Amino acid sequence: MAGNTLTRMDLTESVFREVGLSRNESADLVESVLQHMSDALVSGETVKISSFGTFSVREKAARVGRNPKTGEEVPILPRRVLTFRPSHLMKDRVADGNARRKG
Amino acid sequence: MIRSELIQKIAEENPHLYQRDVERIVNTIFEEIIAAMARGDRVELRGFGAFSVKKRDARTGRNPRTGESVDVSEKYVPFFKTGKLLRDRLNGK
Repeated sequence: MAGNTLTRMDLTESVFREVGLSRNESADLVESVLQHMSDALVSGETVKISSFGTFSVREKAARVGRNPKTGEEVPILPRRVLTFRPSHLMKDRVADGNARRKG
Repeated sequence: MIRSELIQKIAEENPHLYQRDVERIVNTIFEEIIAAMARGDRVELRGFGAFSVKKRDARTGRNPRTGESVDVSEKYVPFFKTGKLLRDRLNGK
Protein backbone atom coordinates (compact mmCIF):
# COMPACT_ATOMS: atom_id res chain seq x y z
CA MET A 1 0.00 0.00 0.00
CA ALA A 2 1.35 3.41 -0.90
CA GLY A 3 0.57 5.24 2.32
CA ASN A 4 2.64 6.91 4.99
CA THR A 5 4.40 5.02 7.74
CA LEU A 6 3.78 6.01 11.32
CA THR A 7 6.32 5.25 14.03
CA ARG A 8 6.65 5.57 17.79
CA MET A 9 7.26 9.28 17.19
CA ASP A 10 3.79 9.76 15.74
CA LEU A 11 2.15 7.86 18.59
CA THR A 12 4.19 9.93 21.06
CA GLU A 13 2.96 13.11 19.37
CA SER A 14 -0.68 11.97 19.70
CA VAL A 15 -0.22 11.16 23.38
CA PHE A 16 1.53 14.51 23.88
CA ARG A 17 -1.42 16.37 22.32
CA GLU A 18 -4.02 14.33 24.22
CA VAL A 19 -2.64 14.75 27.75
CA GLY A 20 -0.59 17.58 29.25
CA LEU A 21 2.71 15.69 29.54
CA SER A 22 6.13 16.42 28.14
CA ARG A 23 7.18 14.81 24.85
CA ASN A 24 9.76 12.80 26.77
CA GLU A 25 7.26 11.41 29.18
CA SER A 26 4.81 10.72 26.35
CA ALA A 27 7.52 8.72 24.57
CA ASP A 28 8.23 6.74 27.75
CA LEU A 29 4.54 5.89 28.11
CA VAL A 30 4.26 4.66 24.52
CA GLU A 31 7.31 2.48 25.12
CA SER A 32 5.91 1.24 28.39
CA VAL A 33 2.65 0.12 26.74
CA LEU A 34 4.56 -1.88 24.11
CA GLN A 35 6.87 -3.30 26.76
CA HIS A 36 4.04 -4.55 28.97
CA MET A 37 2.29 -6.14 26.01
CA SER A 38 5.53 -7.82 24.88
CA ASP A 39 6.31 -9.10 28.37
CA ALA A 40 2.83 -10.63 28.74
CA LEU A 41 3.17 -12.35 25.35
CA VAL A 42 6.65 -13.66 26.12
CA SER A 43 5.29 -15.16 29.35
CA GLY A 44 2.74 -16.98 27.17
CA GLU A 45 -0.25 -14.80 27.99
CA THR A 46 -2.84 -13.71 25.44
CA VAL A 47 -3.24 -9.94 25.15
CA LYS A 48 -6.81 -8.97 24.44
CA ILE A 49 -7.48 -5.31 23.76
CA SER A 50 -11.22 -4.75 23.39
CA SER A 51 -12.26 -3.03 20.15
CA PHE A 52 -8.65 -3.33 18.89
CA GLY A 53 -7.77 -7.01 18.65
CA THR A 54 -6.21 -10.06 20.26
CA PHE A 55 -2.55 -11.07 20.23
CA SER A 56 -1.95 -14.71 21.01
CA VAL A 57 1.04 -17.01 21.10
CA ARG A 58 0.87 -20.30 19.22
CA GLU A 59 3.21 -23.26 19.51
CA LYS A 60 4.35 -24.59 16.16
CA ALA A 61 5.57 -28.16 15.88
CA ALA A 62 8.89 -29.11 14.31
CA ARG A 63 8.78 -29.92 10.59
CA VAL A 64 11.07 -30.48 7.68
CA GLY A 65 11.43 -27.40 5.54
CA ARG A 66 13.13 -26.90 2.22
CA ASN A 67 15.41 -24.20 0.96
CA PRO A 68 13.36 -23.03 -2.03
CA LYS A 69 16.48 -22.03 -3.92
CA THR A 70 18.59 -25.17 -3.50
CA GLY A 71 15.85 -27.71 -2.72
CA GLU A 72 17.92 -28.76 0.28
CA GLU A 73 15.99 -30.13 3.27
CA VAL A 74 16.40 -28.19 6.50
CA PRO A 75 14.89 -29.05 9.87
CA ILE A 76 12.59 -26.35 11.29
CA LEU A 77 12.64 -26.49 15.06
CA PRO A 78 9.50 -26.18 17.19
CA ARG A 79 8.87 -22.51 17.85
CA ARG A 80 6.42 -20.00 19.25
CA VAL A 81 4.75 -17.55 16.89
CA LEU A 82 2.57 -14.55 17.55
CA THR A 83 -0.75 -14.15 15.79
CA PHE A 84 -2.94 -11.06 15.75
CA ARG A 85 -6.67 -11.25 15.27
CA PRO A 86 -8.18 -7.83 14.59
CA SER A 87 -11.47 -6.89 16.28
CA HIS A 88 -14.62 -6.41 14.22
CA LEU A 89 -14.36 -2.70 14.84
CA MET A 90 -10.83 -2.56 13.42
CA LYS A 91 -11.79 -4.68 10.41
CA ASP A 92 -14.82 -2.50 9.67
CA ARG A 93 -12.93 0.78 10.01
CA VAL A 94 -10.05 -0.44 7.86
CA ALA A 95 -12.41 -1.83 5.21
CA ASP A 96 -14.63 1.29 5.15
CA GLY A 97 -11.79 3.81 5.32
CA ASN A 98 -9.84 2.27 2.46
CA ALA A 99 -12.89 1.58 0.27
CA ARG A 100 -13.86 5.24 0.55
CA ARG A 101 -10.31 6.43 -0.07
CA LYS A 102 -10.02 4.39 -3.26
CA GLY A 103 -13.50 5.48 -4.33
CA MET B 1 -3.96 -9.52 29.75
CA ILE B 2 -6.84 -7.23 28.86
CA ARG B 3 -7.00 -3.48 28.26
CA SER B 4 -7.92 -2.66 31.86
CA GLU B 5 -5.00 -4.71 33.24
CA LEU B 6 -2.61 -2.92 30.91
CA ILE B 7 -3.97 0.43 32.11
CA GLN B 8 -3.63 -0.75 35.70
CA LYS B 9 0.04 -1.67 35.24
CA ILE B 10 0.91 1.65 33.64
CA ALA B 11 -1.00 3.50 36.37
CA GLU B 12 0.91 1.66 39.11
CA GLU B 13 4.23 2.63 37.52
CA ASN B 14 3.16 6.25 37.21
CA PRO B 15 1.61 7.20 40.55
CA HIS B 16 1.85 10.88 39.61
CA LEU B 17 -0.70 10.41 36.81
CA TYR B 18 -4.46 10.28 37.21
CA GLN B 19 -5.96 6.92 36.31
CA ARG B 20 -8.24 8.64 33.78
CA ASP B 21 -5.20 10.18 32.05
CA VAL B 22 -3.54 6.76 31.82
CA GLU B 23 -6.76 5.48 30.25
CA ARG B 24 -6.71 8.31 27.71
CA ILE B 25 -3.05 7.64 26.90
CA VAL B 26 -3.55 3.92 26.32
CA ASN B 27 -6.75 4.49 24.35
CA THR B 28 -5.06 7.17 22.22
CA ILE B 29 -2.31 4.75 21.20
CA PHE B 30 -4.73 2.06 20.01
CA GLU B 31 -7.02 4.63 18.41
CA GLU B 32 -4.14 6.18 16.44
CA ILE B 33 -3.11 2.78 15.09
CA ILE B 34 -6.64 2.05 13.84
CA ALA B 35 -7.03 5.57 12.41
CA ALA B 36 -3.73 5.23 10.53
CA MET B 37 -4.75 1.92 8.97
CA ALA B 38 -8.18 3.34 8.07
CA ARG B 39 -6.27 5.99 6.04
CA GLY B 40 -4.22 3.26 4.37
CA ASP B 41 -1.08 4.06 6.41
CA ARG B 42 1.31 1.60 8.00
CA VAL B 43 2.36 1.68 11.65
CA GLU B 44 5.84 0.38 12.26
CA LEU B 45 6.85 -0.21 15.86
CA ARG B 46 10.41 -1.51 15.75
CA GLY B 47 11.01 -4.48 17.97
CA PHE B 48 7.28 -5.03 18.49
CA GLY B 49 5.80 -5.35 15.03
CA ALA B 50 4.14 -3.56 12.13
CA PHE B 51 0.47 -3.00 11.34
CA SER B 52 -0.43 -2.64 7.69
CA VAL B 53 -3.36 -2.93 5.32
CA LYS B 54 -3.66 -5.66 2.72
CA LYS B 55 -5.92 -5.69 -0.27
CA ARG B 56 -8.00 -8.78 -0.90
CA ASP B 57 -9.01 -9.00 -4.56
CA ALA B 58 -12.60 -9.51 -5.61
CA ARG B 59 -13.45 -13.19 -5.99
CA THR B 60 -16.32 -15.52 -6.58
CA GLY B 61 -17.12 -17.23 -3.32
CA ARG B 62 -19.51 -20.01 -2.60
CA ASN B 63 -22.14 -20.39 0.05
CA PRO B 64 -20.82 -23.53 1.74
CA ARG B 65 -24.31 -24.65 2.68
CA THR B 66 -26.07 -24.27 -0.65
CA GLY B 67 -23.11 -24.33 -3.04
CA GLU B 68 -24.50 -21.18 -4.62
CA SER B 69 -21.83 -18.81 -5.99
CA VAL B 70 -21.68 -15.27 -4.67
CA ASP B 71 -19.59 -12.32 -5.81
CA VAL B 72 -17.29 -11.04 -3.07
CA SER B 73 -16.01 -7.55 -3.89
CA GLU B 74 -12.42 -6.45 -3.19
CA LYS B 75 -11.72 -5.40 0.37
CA TYR B 76 -8.99 -4.10 2.66
CA VAL B 77 -7.99 -6.02 5.76
CA PRO B 78 -5.70 -5.23 8.73
CA PHE B 79 -2.47 -7.22 8.97
CA PHE B 80 0.16 -7.53 11.72
CA LYS B 81 3.70 -8.79 11.31
CA THR B 82 5.66 -9.55 14.47
CA GLY B 83 8.92 -7.65 14.92
CA LYS B 84 12.23 -9.48 14.98
CA LEU B 85 13.05 -8.66 18.59
CA LEU B 86 9.70 -9.87 19.89
CA ARG B 87 9.82 -12.99 17.69
CA ASP B 88 13.25 -13.79 19.13
CA ARG B 89 12.12 -13.11 22.69
CA LEU B 90 9.17 -15.47 22.25
CA ASN B 91 11.71 -18.15 21.44
CA GLY B 92 14.00 -17.41 24.34
CA LYS B 93 16.73 -15.72 22.29
